[in-house]
This record gives sequence, structure tokens and C-alpha cells, in this order.
Amino acid sequence: MAEDIVKVEGLKAYYQMNYFGVSREVRAVDGITMTVRKGEVYGIAGESSSGKTSFIKVLAAAIRPPLKVVEGSVKFDFKNGPIDVATATPKQIEAVRWKHLSYIMQGSMSVLNPVRRIGRTFHDFASRPMGLTGKAFEDRVIAHLARLKLPPDVLKAYPHELSGGMRQRVTIGLATVCHPEFIIADEPTTALDVVVQKEVLSLIRDIQKEMNAAVVFVTHDMSVHANVADRVGIIYAGRLVEEGPTRDMFFAPKHPYTAHLVASLPRIGDVKQRPALEGRPPNLADPPQGCRFHPRCPLAVDKCRQDVPPMEQVGPDHRTACWRWQDVKPLVGASAPSGVMA
Amino acid sequence: MTTLLDVRDVSKRFTMGGIFGRKTVDAVMDASFSLSAENPEIFTIIGESGSGKTTLARMILGLEDPSEGEILFRGKRVSRYGGRAEKLAFMSQVQPVFQNPFEAFNPLKKVERYLESTARRFLQTSDRAAIDRAMDEALQKVGLSLKEVRGRFPHEMSGGQLQRCAIARALIPNPPLLIADEPVSMVDASLRMSIVNLLKSLRDDLKVSVIYITHDLATAYYISNRLIIMQRGRIVEMGDARTVLDNPQHPYSKLLKASVLSTDDAGDGKLATDPEMVKAAGDLVGQAGKLVTKPDGREVRVYAGV
Repeated sequence: MAEDIVKVEGLKAYYQMNYFGVSREVRAVDGITMTVRKGEVYGIAGESSSGKTSFIKVLAAAIRPPLKVVEGSVKFDFKNGPIDVATATPKQIEAVRWKHLSYIMQGSMSVLNPVRRIGRTFHDFASRPMGLTGKAFEDRVIAHLARLKLPPDVLKAYPHELSGGMRQRVTIGLATVCHPEFIIADEPTTALDVVVQKEVLSLIRDIQKEMNAAVVFVTHDMSVHANVADRVGIIYAGRLVEEGPTRDMFFAPKHPYTAHLVASLPRIGDVKQRPALEGRPPNLADPPQGCRFHPRCPLAVDKCRQDVPPMEQVGPDHRTACWRWQDVKPLVGASAPSGVMA
Repeated sequence: MTTLLDVRDVSKRFTMGGIFGRKTVDAVMDASFSLSAENPEIFTIIGESGSGKTTLARMILGLEDPSEGEILFRGKRVSRYGGRAEKLAFMSQVQPVFQNPFEAFNPLKKVERYLESTARRFLQTSDRAAIDRAMDEALQKVGLSLKEVRGRFPHEMSGGQLQRCAIARALIPNPPLLIADEPVSMVDASLRMSIVNLLKSLRDDLKVSVIYITHDLATAYYISNRLIIMQRGRIVEMGDARTVLDNPQHPYSKLLKASVLSTDDAGDGKLATDPEMVKAAGDLVGQAGKLVTKPDGREVRVYAGV
């Protein structure tokens, strides 16, 4: 088994605000323990306001007030030495940023500076971490763009002159030009059309294989995870509720929330009524007691309302936090091809 | 059979730039279809961005005038011009639902304000009780109630709930036609199906026709009766949703279907799209061709010499 590139242990990150004597605490990340291995794609799924963005902010070492790491550690094992981003100094973080730890951002339109040509943006981003300037730098960038099937002309273009798919490829280029070991991709395809989405996804996959980098892929679209991730982790209300190999997550989920997410995906060639989950995600400033999913859970019993379920090993590489995981059955629509799963 | 909406050979051409370097873009070319008044249905328009699907919807809503052709709603021509009373009468029949509910609602005003102003306008009354009743009725139809919604701001509700409120608002004047422009693309996956199921029940229980605009083939297959697939302003395939999507015939429709991410082989990491398919579809952009009716009832665009 491959070594871990990052080890997250008991991470708690809260938004702590104190305005005019009124203090408020939002527990966006509440005790997440997980690891990502070298060279794998780890998918993180969760709805908006589930704390997934706060979690990856911590992973990306972008911890700024009011977000504060209250407890736990995020230990990276990079080639230039280990680092705990939860406690590292800005100087230490700067040494790993882009070169080792990089980030593909959501919304390529708002990420790229509209009044700067793409070439300038590349220069701003990557020239210093790569330690190259002038012609040498440009040659490296052009070679890298060729790998992303972008012509060298894009360096002279402004962002608005490119199509959505091309812009997204440029942001992928920015994130990967320094050959980082760890890449965080935050919903890189949400705004794209189906055809372009598939292109961009296969591009991320190819480049990840080529550089043997670890990728944490964040999106709420389960069908994207089905196609890119090696392992998937589900975050609900600030906690990791299930984690396992992609195949098992789809065909043998062990948490009711996962089972629901998988079952609600409509498919071509199937018009059965899809169940829709009622209720709304909990407010993280005032989360429900016990298992945080219980108000929406069809299997909830009294125990779920009082005690927080621990993360349990339920199979090879497969963990879940549910008191009743043995009773969780894949719902309609998640039927596996015959002979794959009992 | 009476027709509710009749779109006849509609084209829209936008002109960009000034006197020098003027460019024209054909957003929609020769689109025609019609909806019947007796059988409410979900009619889906599928296409990528830039395929003209939103332009077509804006023309149906009367926000944009077609360059050629005409759109008739119950035999009357839809136009951007005309008197206020005429427009109000039209607006009470055709209502839009927009993509992002967080942008559709004013973040500084309570949710019910948006509903209330619609109710006030279409009921032509300022009687509080009547307005409240209309709002409550509309909210009941989408599985909410005025009690739940009253006094809350948009940020206090989830995306799914807010989108339902937006649909409730559109239902206040009891319109026979709803136009939903990508109503689920900004809504979380776990809540998406509740909106899609809602559209379905609107059709089945309330007999509202819905024009559902999307690029998501899976939900289109799930709810729609008929659909059209648009590529760069042209309708390339049109017909019964199941017939078309089970076995698409136009190269572009095939490409779209092949691009849908399937969960059947989850974890295998198969992603590559056949480059020949992309090329076959791309080569057809800009060719006129013409729509031909096939024996199974669908219409497919065929090209001379192919």
C-alpha cells in the first residue's frame, strides 16, 4: 500500500466571531480524521454548508480568521520534509505552496484576472516557486500547456477571449505547472457543460497519473466521483460520515446518507420514481445532538438522537459512522451489475 | 386539439460591435415546435451553453423579439411591445423559474415579499387576507406553507426550499405554462430530485405544462415527455424523450449521451470520449441540412452528402 501524503487527525476548525460583545461559533469542521495516499484521487462529497469548503481551506493551508483550527493536526509528508499546516508559520507554508501543495479553483471566470493576459498570470503565480525567469520560464510553461492541449497563443490572450473549457484548462495548468505532489480540486467542473466536463475530468485524471500526484477532488455531484475518484469520503454537517473505495460506496453504501445520494441519481434508460431527501442540512451554529443526520434519516432510532456514532471499520478500507450500518441497504437505482455485489 | 404555444420558424440574430467590425451571431435558427393545451407535458430543451436554448426561452417569455418567424400563445402573437394590460395578461399565463434561487430573491428582503408583490399584481387587490390565501395556496402546491416561509430571509433557507418558493411564486397566477431555465443546476445533489419530482407532480396533478431547459440528459430522461436537442442554434433532433435518448441518431445527440457520466462502472475510471465522435459532431456545426421525420416519429436533421 502506498504511503500517506497527508494525515488529518481529529481536525476541528471553527469560525469564531466576536462582534460587539456577541460571540458566535460555527463548527464547520468537527472532528475529521482521514488520510490521503500518494498518487490517488480522493473524492470528497457533501452539500453546500456541510463544511467541505472549510475543510479544504484547512487542507490548502488557507486558514484565515474567523476560521480557526481549534484541535487536531494536518500533517503533510512532502519531499522537502514534513509539515503540519495547522500550526505552520506563513514562511513555512510559502515554501510548499504551489510547488508541493496546489489548488485548482472553482469558477475559472472569477479566478483569472480579467485585465491581465494569461501569460502574466502564469508569471505571477509560478515564476517564483519555480525559480525561473524569462525565456526559460516561458518555454517550460509552453511545454506544460501543450500537455493540456492548449496552444501557446493562450499566453497572449485575455481570459474573456477563451471559452469556459479552455479557461478551466488554464486554471488546471496554473495549478500543475510546478509539478506539485498534492492538488486540491474544488468543484472544477460544476459550471461546465457535459461534453466539456468530461474532457476536463479526463485531463485532470491524465495529468494526475503522469505526475503521480495525489488529488483531493471536491464536488457534490456523485456521478463525477464515480468516474474519477479511487476513494470517496462523504462529509455531512462538518463530519466525515463514510469513506471507502468508490465501487463499494456506490454498490454497497453503509451510511443512509450515502445510500440516498447514490439512489437519487437519475439514469438514462430508467424512469423509476427517485426518492428525494426531505429536510435541510443542519445549521452548523446549532447542530442537532447525537448523529447529525438523524432528523432526516429514515433509520433513526433513539440511540441516534443521543449518542454520536463513532467511525467504524466495516470492510477493507471502508469506514462509516452510523449506529445502524448493518441495516443500510442500497436503495432503488443503485442496483449493481449482476455478479458484482450481493 | 388546440395549441397552447406555437413556435413557428423562429430565428434570432444578434448583432455585435459598432459600425466597424460588425459581427452577427445566429443564436436560434428556424426553430419550430408546438405544445398542446389539452395534454400538459414537460417539454425539454437540451443543449450546451451557446446552443441558443436560453435565447429561445427568452423569446417565448416575450423578453426578446424574434428576428424572423413568430411565436403564438393561444393564437396571440408574443411580442416585446404592447400595452401594459396586454402584457400583464400574458405574464399571468406564462411564468419563468430561474436558474439560481439565491440570485432570484433579493437578499435584503424577506422571501414572502417576492411572493406578495406577484400576488398583489395578478390578483389586482390589496386585500391582505386574499393575498395571504393566494400565497399559501401556491406554497402548498410545492410542499411548503406560508407559516414556514413567513418572516424568513433567503439566506435562512436551503437552496432546494428557495427554489420551491421561486416555483410557488410562478404558480400564483395559475399559469398553464412554466418556463424553467436550468432550475436544478445550482441546487445540491441531495435536494435536486425534490425539485425534479415537483415539476413532475405539477404536470401530473395540476396540469401545468413545463418547458424544462437543461444540459443534464439524465434528469431530462427522467421527467420529460418530448424533447429537442439544440446545437449552435439549430434543432438537430426532436421527438419523444425516451425514443430519442435511448437511441440517439444525430452525431451531436450521440456525443451528448456518451458524455453523460455513468455510475454503472463506478471506480473503473473510464473517461475518454471517442475523439471521432467529437469530430463528427463538430463538423456539422454551420451546415444547414434539414429536419426529416423518421418512422418512429422523431425528427432528425440530415445533411446533403452525408
